[in-house]
Amino acid sequence: MIEIDGITKIYDGKSVVDDVTLTIEPHTVAVIVGTSGSGKTTLLRMVNRLVEPDAGMIRLDGEDNRTIPGYELRRRIGYAIQGHGLFPHRTVAENIATVPRLIGWDKEKTAAKVRELLTLFQLDADLFGPRYPHELSGGEQQRVGVARALAAEPNVLLMDEPFGALDPIIRAKAQDDLLAIQKHFGTTIILVTHDMNEAFHLADKIAVMDAGRLLQFGPPDELVRQPATGFVEAMVGASERPFRLLSMRRVSDLAEPGSADGSPIAATVTQQDALAELMWTGRSAAPVVSSDGEARGRVTLEALLQRARGPK
Amino acid sequence: MRALPYLLRGLLLALLMTFLLVPQTMEPLLRPLAQSNAPVIYNQGSLLSLTVQHLLTVLAATSAATVVAVSLAILVSRPAGAEFLPLSRSLVNIGQTFPPVAVLALAVPVVGFGEKPTLIALFLYGLLPIFESTLTSLTTLPRAVVEAARGTGMTGAQRLLQIELPLALPVILSGIRLSVVISLATATIGSTVAARTLGEVIIAGLQSNNLAFVVQGGLIVGALAVLIYDGLSALERLTVARS
Ligand SMILES: Nc1ncnc2c1ncn2[C@@H]1O[C@H](COP(=O)(O)OP(=O)(O)OP(=O)(O)O)[C@@H](O)[C@H]1O
Ligand SMILES: [Mg+2]
Repeated sequence: MIEIDGITKIYDGKSVVDDVTLTIEPHTVAVIVGTSGSGKTTLLRMVNRLVEPDAGMIRLDGEDNRTIPGYELRRRIGYAIQGHGLFPHRTVAENIATVPRLIGWDKEKTAAKVRELLTLFQLDADLFGPRYPHELSGGEQQRVGVARALAAEPNVLLMDEPFGALDPIIRAKAQDDLLAIQKHFGTTIILVTHDMNEAFHLADKIAVMDAGRLLQFGPPDELVRQPATGFVEAMVGASERPFRLLSMRRVSDLAEPGSADGSPIAATVTQQDALAELMWTGRSAAPVVSSDGEARGRVTLEALLQRARGPK
Repeated sequence: MRALPYLLRGLLLALLMTFLLVPQTMEPLLRPLAQSNAPVIYNQGSLLSLTVQHLLTVLAATSAATVVAVSLAILVSRPAGAEFLPLSRSLVNIGQTFPPVAVLALAVPVVGFGEKPTLIALFLYGLLPIFESTLTSLTTLPRAVVEAARGTGMTGAQRLLQIELPLALPVILSGIRLSVVISLATATIGSTVAARTLGEVIIAGLQSNNLAFVVQGGLIVGALAVLIYDGLSALERLTVARS
């Protein structure tokens, strides 16, 4: 659990983070969104004390984050820095091995971890491991930066626009991999992004910041249905609202008894994808199947539209 | 075509070595510069031993200057040492602007004739390029990289040794290179206070009005400077390629 309690950071007499309070439950993903310069990075960096706050306190699992030396705190917290920040004089493998080396993992364990992470992020370990960062594309560098943050299997992961440089396909894959890792290790993640689709895809809760202030912190559908301010509504995007609602849930939630014609839809896809499929094929209902091919009833256009409807 | 520069350097090195080991081979070339009855090749000591002595003096002075200037630059580039920046900068600047001849004149009464005053003058003169290049490179490292080093949980010392110095190395080396080349030339004046350097050859030439001496002393120093400059440049490129 990460408790951010009345945290304020002042630069040149201006509060760039202004009395922000929010609690991130263990094993969940919190996504911070907001305009450029709204203080997202600064807030993130106060969690691992790269920036010291002027007021307030941050507790990790109940413990003030100032009770241990900063460098030790940072070895326990994974940090994917905005713009990757890879060490140019070290190979990709050495970059990823940074924290394991600092905390004294043995060679075999470290090498195995490096290989595992490179493979996970679609980078051939034998090809990319010995390369230097400048020999990589921007998207590859960014994935290596994320791999470095994950290397020591931290309980808490801070990610500052980690997937900004990735193409849509690799980005979607990287997001799913991140969620898989998060489920597997029970990691608590705070992630900053400018991409609202990414925010809705990854977040258990979304924090919206503007000019240093936290405007709203809540589950994605709360942001859509009850935006705290006009700014939050604008961030969510008025014309995107129904699709955002649909994108958050799986088809399985809407499956009802009955049958329908045509090719089936997997229960695991999002309701938005199901709607798209129905619209594209001109059907009013489609059969739903589980991942092992078992029939799960059907999903109807009507149910999807009902689900996408706003309040009142 | 790309082999040409290497060829020229190899040739220069070969010429220099031949001259130092068997000076007589160059006599026909220098003959026209000396008066008919005067000696053509320096005859008051071995050119080879003078050259070695000259290089050792420069090596000692530059090593000391490197240790001091780099340490000082590291110190003032840390947050804790930042307040000493203006002071160190003016000290180092004084070292550079004070003419080495004046340093010699001031040092002789204190430490006596010989090697010591020369070492002091070269040391002071060599500080500035190394200090400035080290300081510049340490304070202009890419911010994301330095921040990432902090973010991964490196201590101050680990960041300095594992990230900052390795990344700054090419620029630090260029400062050292500059300092060495300046010292190679400046060391000749050490002979005015009885230090054993190649300046001896030039001064002997001036005193006996023997142009051949002056030219051979100057040429040896020049060749050394070119070769050492090139060698250090190559070393720099090697470190850049790795970063
Ligand atoms: N070290 C610093 N000194 C002075 N001002 C700073 C410093 N760091 C950040 N700021 C200012 O604080 C504000 C918030 O910066 P921050 O990096 O947290 O924004 P951000 O929300 O991450 O923006 P972006 O989306 O562009 O990354 C900005 O106006 C920035 O100029
Ligand atoms: Mg930012």
